[in-house]
Amino acid sequence: MRRRGERAAHCLLFLCALATVALLLLITAYLIASGLPAIREIGLKNFLLGTVWDSASRENPRFGILPLLTASVCGAAGAMAAGVPLGVLTALFLTKAAPPGLAAALRYLVRLMAGIPSVVCGLVGMTVLVPFLRERLDLPAGDSLLAAVIVLTVMILPTVTELSEDALAATPPACEEASLALGATETETWFRVSLPAARKGIAAAAVLGTGRAMGETMAVLMVAGNVAGMPSPLRSVRFLTAGIAMELGYAAAGSLRQRALLSIALVLFVLILLMNILLSWGKER
Amino acid sequence: MIDRRFRRRAAGWGAKALLWLCAAAVSVLLLAMMGYVCFRGLPGLSWQLLTEEESVLRGTAGILPGIVNTLLVIVLSLAAVLPLGVGAAVYLTEYAKSRALVRAVEFAAGVLSGIPSILYAMLGALLLCGRLGLRRTLLAGALTLAVMNLPAVLCAAQESLRAAPSSFREGALGLGAGKWFMIRTVVLPASLDGIVTGCILAVGRVVGETAVLMYTAGLSTAMQDFSSLRSALRASGATLSTVLYVYARERADFAAAFSVATVLLFITAVINLAASVMGRRSRRG
Repeated sequence: MRRRGERAAHCLLFLCALATVALLLLITAYLIASGLPAIREIGLKNFLLGTVWDSASRENPRFGILPLLTASVCGAAGAMAAGVPLGVLTALFLTKAAPPGLAAALRYLVRLMAGIPSVVCGLVGMTVLVPFLRERLDLPAGDSLLAAVIVLTVMILPTVTELSEDALAATPPACEEASLALGATETETWFRVSLPAARKGIAAAAVLGTGRAMGETMAVLMVAGNVAGMPSPLRSVRFLTAGIAMELGYAAAGSLRQRALLSIALVLFVLILLMNILLSWGKER
Repeated sequence: MIDRRFRRRAAGWGAKALLWLCAAAVSVLLLAMMGYVCFRGLPGLSWQLLTEEESVLRGTAGILPGIVNTLLVIVLSLAAVLPLGVGAAVYLTEYAKSRALVRAVEFAAGVLSGIPSILYAMLGALLLCGRLGLRRTLLAGALTLAVMNLPAVLCAAQESLRAAPSSFREGALGLGAGKWFMIRTVVLPASLDGIVTGCILAVGRVVGETAVLMYTAGLSTAMQDFSSLRSALRASGATLSTVLYVYARERADFAAAFSVATVLLFITAVINLAASVMGRRSRRG
């Protein structure tokens, strides 16, 4: 009786572990199976390199995702360019330079920020940032790639800061002590010993932050304006994620439009998968 | 010689100033954002808002349905993700002998946690609501979120199981306990704090998620029929963050939107506080 209970528990737990892999395989298979046919129908070149996304047109719908893809990549890259230095330096401040009390308070603030719903960020973005950009830069509308980049920067800051902090905290103190003993100043040690020693963890933080920026939907949907034209910093742009979110409710089941959305999903999925492979490859090295 | 020493010292001061500046910029950014949300949202916050439905006749907003929907989604998705995630973690830490399987599950969890929420929204809407016939219900939303939260719960449980001292296991096994009995009565209770922390984080993600719930759980801000379990499982409605989106984007009622944002901010702060208290407890062991 007892042996049988043990065996059942073993099997059940094994199934739980397997479920994680099975879910990923299911998602992968579904996205490939339902995303590829539309790409084939549209043509890979027209799909990836077409510059016009006009899925609602009756006579001549066109499904070129280049504007969306470029917007997503530019948005993530912009958020990285601003967020990674700011986040890494803040992490350095937290681990090395800050007085303990201040560090604890700032750490709590950053963690709180990580948990704030993206719609709240989007709300502040659309009521404060967008009007501000419109007035200051004298634009017809403030919804723009720039607004999205700023909001995304704020949203990835906690991720980058927390992960870089973990990486910096894990550097062996012996290296830093050796550097100090050799006569390097405190700050020289931080920048030339601690940062390089934590570079792998910081790189992982940057990759995860990019993933978050690419995948963010609601905040981007609320501040980017969502016009599917080729992106330019001060013009309204549509991200891949926003493209799905906008049309998911309108696309009829089984229509080419819906299948094209699944193809976008497949593209996003492949991008995220590549980043994860990069991450686990980096971890092994 | 003196000149060089001076230059080094100046560079040190400069670097420190840079770190302080970054930290100040980050904290000002985050504090200003939260402060602004509270500034716009607090005036509209009232007992009536929290405890009533919205009324078109009186022209008042009310978010009680949103609160109830959020609670139901939290309970349902935890009920689904907890056994699965903890079960998988137990298998990986206690039973698994094949290194390849462990790595496969960990890789799968990594990818699943990186998949953008809009992809989960799409998969949930097409597979759970469509193919499986759950329609747009809170149940469908909760199940989609369970898949989305699986990696986080799995990871937290795995970490706290690993931290349970192996002397506990050896002691129990030495007394003649079966493996599953030992896990149930010794290992799981010892790592309870860490598992609870994982759940709290999952709750935070459920509260903050919008994209998934918009397409799988519905947008209605009216009170649903929760009189029996059957009707509750068939109910469809907006959770708090979705309510915010509906107010901000579809009705442009920013006063109400900011009030909801304030409530969300408050919930996030409470969740974070709970998580850090539990985290500290589990680290102390």
